[in-house]
Amino acid sequence: MAQDDTSGADLVAADSSHAAPAASPGTAVIAADAFENPGFPPHRPRVTDENPERQKRAQRTVYTLFYLSILGSIWSIAAYMLFPIESNDVGMVRLNNMFFGLGAALALLAIGFGVVHWGKAVMTDVELVDERHPIGGSPETQAAAVQVFQDSDRESGFTRRTAIRNSLIGALLVFPIPALVLFRGFAPQDQLPVPLLSHTMWKKGTRLALDPSGVPIRAADVTIGSAFHVIPEGLQDLEHGKLEEKAKAAVLLMRLNPDELNEREDRKDWSYDGIVAYSKICTHVGCPVALYEQHTHHLLCPCHQSQFDVANHCEVIFGPAARALPQLPIAIDDEGYLVAQSDFTEPVGPSFWERH
Amino acid sequence: MNRQKRRTGRRHPLATVALLALGLVFTGGAYAAFSTGTAQAEADSTSQQTIEEGKKLFQANCATCHGLSAEGTDDGPSLVGVGAAAVDFQVGTGRMPMQMQGPQAQQKPVQFTDEQVKQLAYYVASLGPGPDIPADHLTNGGGDAANGAELFRINCAMCHNVAGAGGALTEGKFAPALTDVSGVHIYEAMVTGPQNMPVFNDMNITPEDKRDIITYLKYVQDNRSPGGFELGSIGPVAEGLFIWIFGLGAIVAITVWITAKSN
Repeated sequence: MAQDDTSGADLVAADSSHAAPAASPGTAVIAADAFENPGFPPHRPRVTDENPERQKRAQRTVYTLFYLSILGSIWSIAAYMLFPIESNDVGMVRLNNMFFGLGAALALLAIGFGVVHWGKAVMTDVELVDERHPIGGSPETQAAAVQVFQDSDRESGFTRRTAIRNSLIGALLVFPIPALVLFRGFAPQDQLPVPLLSHTMWKKGTRLALDPSGVPIRAADVTIGSAFHVIPEGLQDLEHGKLEEKAKAAVLLMRLNPDELNEREDRKDWSYDGIVAYSKICTHVGCPVALYEQHTHHLLCPCHQSQFDVANHCEVIFGPAARALPQLPIAIDDEGYLVAQSDFTEPVGPSFWERH
Repeated sequence: MNRQKRRTGRRHPLATVALLALGLVFTGGAYAAFSTGTAQAEADSTSQQTIEEGKKLFQANCATCHGLSAEGTDDGPSLVGVGAAAVDFQVGTGRMPMQMQGPQAQQKPVQFTDEQVKQLAYYVASLGPGPDIPADHLTNGGGDAANGAELFRINCAMCHNVAGAGGALTEGKFAPALTDVSGVHIYEAMVTGPQNMPVFNDMNITPEDKRDIITYLKYVQDNRSPGGFELGSIGPVAEGLFIWIFGLGAIVAITVWITAKSN
């Protein structure tokens, strides 16, 4: 502690000679082999040191910068009044922000540049060395520190009164648990999260409807090459949790040439005459996958470039997604509207703890 | 007296002549107004001459890939039933005739005059029913921009970018920028689904909704970013790269200046 107070005292002028350091005990370096301290390069006087005219000019530059800063601050105030944000005109907001910002930037930058230029061109320019202090304290200080610990341990009984000590450690360990409970609060409180993640609004007979209007879709409306962005009918009328339901139930409906569609045996009746419906939620981290190419039948996720092949039951053909997109089994009802046969048969979206 | 009056009216011997002259003047005037008003009046979809002209152009310019009667070959699809809108879009934006086979037909300077494009379009339309070139009131941007923006975000923005700046697709394909596409071509692209773009038929997005989408795109074209320099509107990667190179570059330059020795 005492050494810290001597910071100014051991500044060594540049031209003072340096003795080769003596070998300290405990190091393998032999003094004679050590590099000789080359000292400072020869002092190179600045233009402002030699030429009083240039020094005057540098001084003028510095105070001009400071005055510019004052002007910038005043301009900021003036600009705020000259370009008021009164109406809902976006253009005025832009002008106000831009001119106020230009003034504020000038005010701060001019101070910064002025101070640096002052230090570099005008202030005294002499190279100095500030020697390092030894890091460790003296043996007395170290012993005193150890003594403090031992005294406080003896007086508090931290190692002796184990019941107190262990209960304190326990209290500290339990302390972060409320934060975990807060995280649990991101999911609905009165329901278990796993069934919520596993089921969507789709159920047997729910009509497929257009996003955002909620108009139900007839199979005949879906021409080959079409891509429809679909929500379950009735989602628009939900009072609460509309976005939560939409985030799980969003579906992309596409019609392919039935010849090009390669379906799994057990899913033959999940499509209708080339019309297929797949969850729009990426199985990687849940971005909406909707970049559909009607000729290659590729679905691209814009977030991490996962690609799904719609013609091949949406299997992953590129990218980090781990699973194929879940397919929504569809059929048509008596009036020709497309309806869901059931909910998705697997949870949509990314993996979670109970689903890998 | 009464009889005399009638003879001076429509029973007058010269009435027929006057009526004929009047009819001729009106017909000629209407024809003149029509032919000067729209240059495309001659490329009438029903005119056999238009279709014949279109057929000649087709056989000279398109038949290599699409076949002599547009039945399609190994190099190009059949055009029966694609409609006038598809031809007007593909040829009118310079995508067809195609420069070369590739992931996607590239846009290039338009090869035909407007009239020739229409002739080609109506020739192909005569081969089979398909979407027609949309009417002016649907493409002039006179709709509801807010509704159009919502529909654009739901149906188009994932590929074309929310500001219409375009974006990449798989294997070299891309969704082009919509910043300088005419309303007619936007409408035709939605109806026909050119290249790998899905079709958005009138049951999916109604003609009025298509008009609203065009209105939104026109609005974006006319009202550029209020935040200043938009860096192509292509999202956080471009903006991050800009600040990494130029923002950090400026900081490094200032640091060098601060620590450099004055002379």
